[in-house]
Amino acid sequence: MAGKTLFDKVWDAHVVDTVPNGPQVLYIDKHLIHEVTSPQAFSELEERGIPVARPDQIVATADHNTPTVDQHLPVRDVLSRNQLKQLTENCEKHDITLYGLGHKYNGIVHVMAPELGITQPGMTMVCGDSHTSTHGAFGTIAFGIGTSQVAQVFASQCLLLTKPKSLRVKVNGKLKPNVLPKDVILYVISKIGTNAGTGYFCEYAGNVFEEMSMEGRMTVCNMSIEMGARGGMIAPDQTTFDYVQGRKFAPEGAEWDKKLEYWKTLPTDADAVFDKEYSFDAEDIEPMVTYGTNPGMGIKVTGTIPDKEDVNLEKALAYMNFKKGESLIDKPINYVFIGSCTNSRIEDFRIAANFVKGKQKAANVNAWLVPGSQQVAKQLVEEGLDKVFTEAGFALRQPGCSACLAMNDDKIPEGEYCVSTSNRNFEGRQGQGARTILASPLMAAATAVAGKITDITKQLN
Amino acid sequence: MEKFIKLTDTAVPLPIENIDTDQIIPARFLKSTDKQGFGDNVFRDWRYDHEGNENKDFVLNDDTYSGPILVAGDNFGCGSSREHAAWAIAGYGFKVVISSFFADIFKGNALNNGILPIQVTPEYLKELLQTITDKPDTKLTIDLENQILTSPAGDLEFEIDPYKKVCMINGYDDIDFLISKKDRIEAFEQERSF
Repeated sequence: MAGKTLFDKVWDAHVVDTVPNGPQVLYIDKHLIHEVTSPQAFSELEERGIPVARPDQIVATADHNTPTVDQHLPVRDVLSRNQLKQLTENCEKHDITLYGLGHKYNGIVHVMAPELGITQPGMTMVCGDSHTSTHGAFGTIAFGIGTSQVAQVFASQCLLLTKPKSLRVKVNGKLKPNVLPKDVILYVISKIGTNAGTGYFCEYAGNVFEEMSMEGRMTVCNMSIEMGARGGMIAPDQTTFDYVQGRKFAPEGAEWDKKLEYWKTLPTDADAVFDKEYSFDAEDIEPMVTYGTNPGMGIKVTGTIPDKEDVNLEKALAYMNFKKGESLIDKPINYVFIGSCTNSRIEDFRIAANFVKGKQKAANVNAWLVPGSQQVAKQLVEEGLDKVFTEAGFALRQPGCSACLAMNDDKIPEGEYCVSTSNRNFEGRQGQGARTILASPLMAAATAVAGKITDITKQLN
Repeated sequence: MEKFIKLTDTAVPLPIENIDTDQIIPARFLKSTDKQGFGDNVFRDWRYDHEGNENKDFVLNDDTYSGPILVAGDNFGCGSSREHAAWAIAGYGFKVVISSFFADIFKGNALNNGILPIQVTPEYLKELLQTITDKPDTKLTIDLENQILTSPAGDLEFEIDPYKKVCMINGYDDIDFLISKKDRIEAFEQERSF
């Protein structure tokens, strides 16, 4: 019998029951919730008179629909204020831990949970948010769910699921200087497309991922959903264990030793077989930018927009106001956003600050920096990065999802381009008519300084 | 959940690929705390201009086309996990979405809200889109019990998870099933070794 994959091992350890010729009942270790996708699930339970089964396995935060300025004041938008109030009331009523607006642990759900040690290897984790795949960086089965499923987990701490197929993406070799984890995943998606992973759970393997920090791995796993995969995982190793150990909710003492021993058994067996595999050379990857309206429409910053007959390409370029065959270098950019669950961790800001230090933001650019959590915001100050940014003219805001999905007031105006470290460049994602160019924190910082897209490969050598 | 057994009706063509959940329902409409009213804003930024006037060339504003069946381009429902997208599709009155490919999370959300996602081959989709565009009064029949889609493009046997099929036909949902497994779940919690 062939060996097991990392995914198989974690999945199989959580199967409670199997419906004959049907789905399996999968046990969920941790359930993260936020204000936007939970209220209807709480209502569903109340209508049926069902209690929340395991409130101590749920952690809540407010992130999607929160302002990133003046968080100490009442939220101005009535609908947003009501949504946040409902979350607070629901958590109080059902005895669920909430790190609400202003709390020292508040932040984007996928930044907050790992930094508190809530996310641990070998777990099953869900959240009503497709970027829950982020937590896969720890060797965790983590994926986004709809609100009906949020209600199912509330009611039973389980989900009914059909086991997905397995996919492995390998990247081996040596990355060029200034090629960041964001470039790696944008490159992979540009090669395999936005639905290559649909129906699959992905494992990222190869020395490139092994050598990445946990922050980098989270950036990669975060965007698994952008190639259609429900989730993406990286085998837990010493980097993972060092990151988890000592965090607030991490196991301690004998419990730590026992867990560690188990976590070390999780990596994919050498003889395991995947349903689909892709392999890439690290040397082929360069800093990336997107030119279209889905994350698969990416090119090397030194490259040109594809020149081919394709109605989808034409529709995307009409929206973006770009032309086939052209380069994006020197395109004037008025908005830069560094933030989101993809790239709002301390390492992302260190990279940006390192580039920005001693330089000035271009006069035409509005540069928004939105840390992923209160803890990241605090660390920025402790490391003096806040001064680097403010001296360079960047606007440092308060934590939240912000302009990634523009549910709050952080919207990019119609027709404007935004070089963004977020995960989706869909039409209208960052505001009605806004045009998003996805890139790494380094590309974003360089754009803010130049006021236009620049060839970072030339600048830094 | 409403039962779904058999449906014969006209369809609306939307031949755009990679329709993501931000197009189905933009994030700024996700502030509601109940499931109602999302149908009013389905495909909002394609349906209306910035002043809120109808875009006459968008299919939902074209009186020629109507019906509870949406026929859409490849990779329908990609992007976010927001179930609001399924509520918006259902709220507008669609009961079936036909495409050559569906994103995972949307597909699950649709089934949990009584919307039947039917996957057809790219060739079948192309022919079907052409037929209903040219002849808007064309009726399609969806027989869930026998898993047959009947249209001028031919009779097509479609796939559905057998468990989900039972749920759709009977109007059951997963919560009832999971609660019935309570003892088994508690035993699992006691037994687990990690």
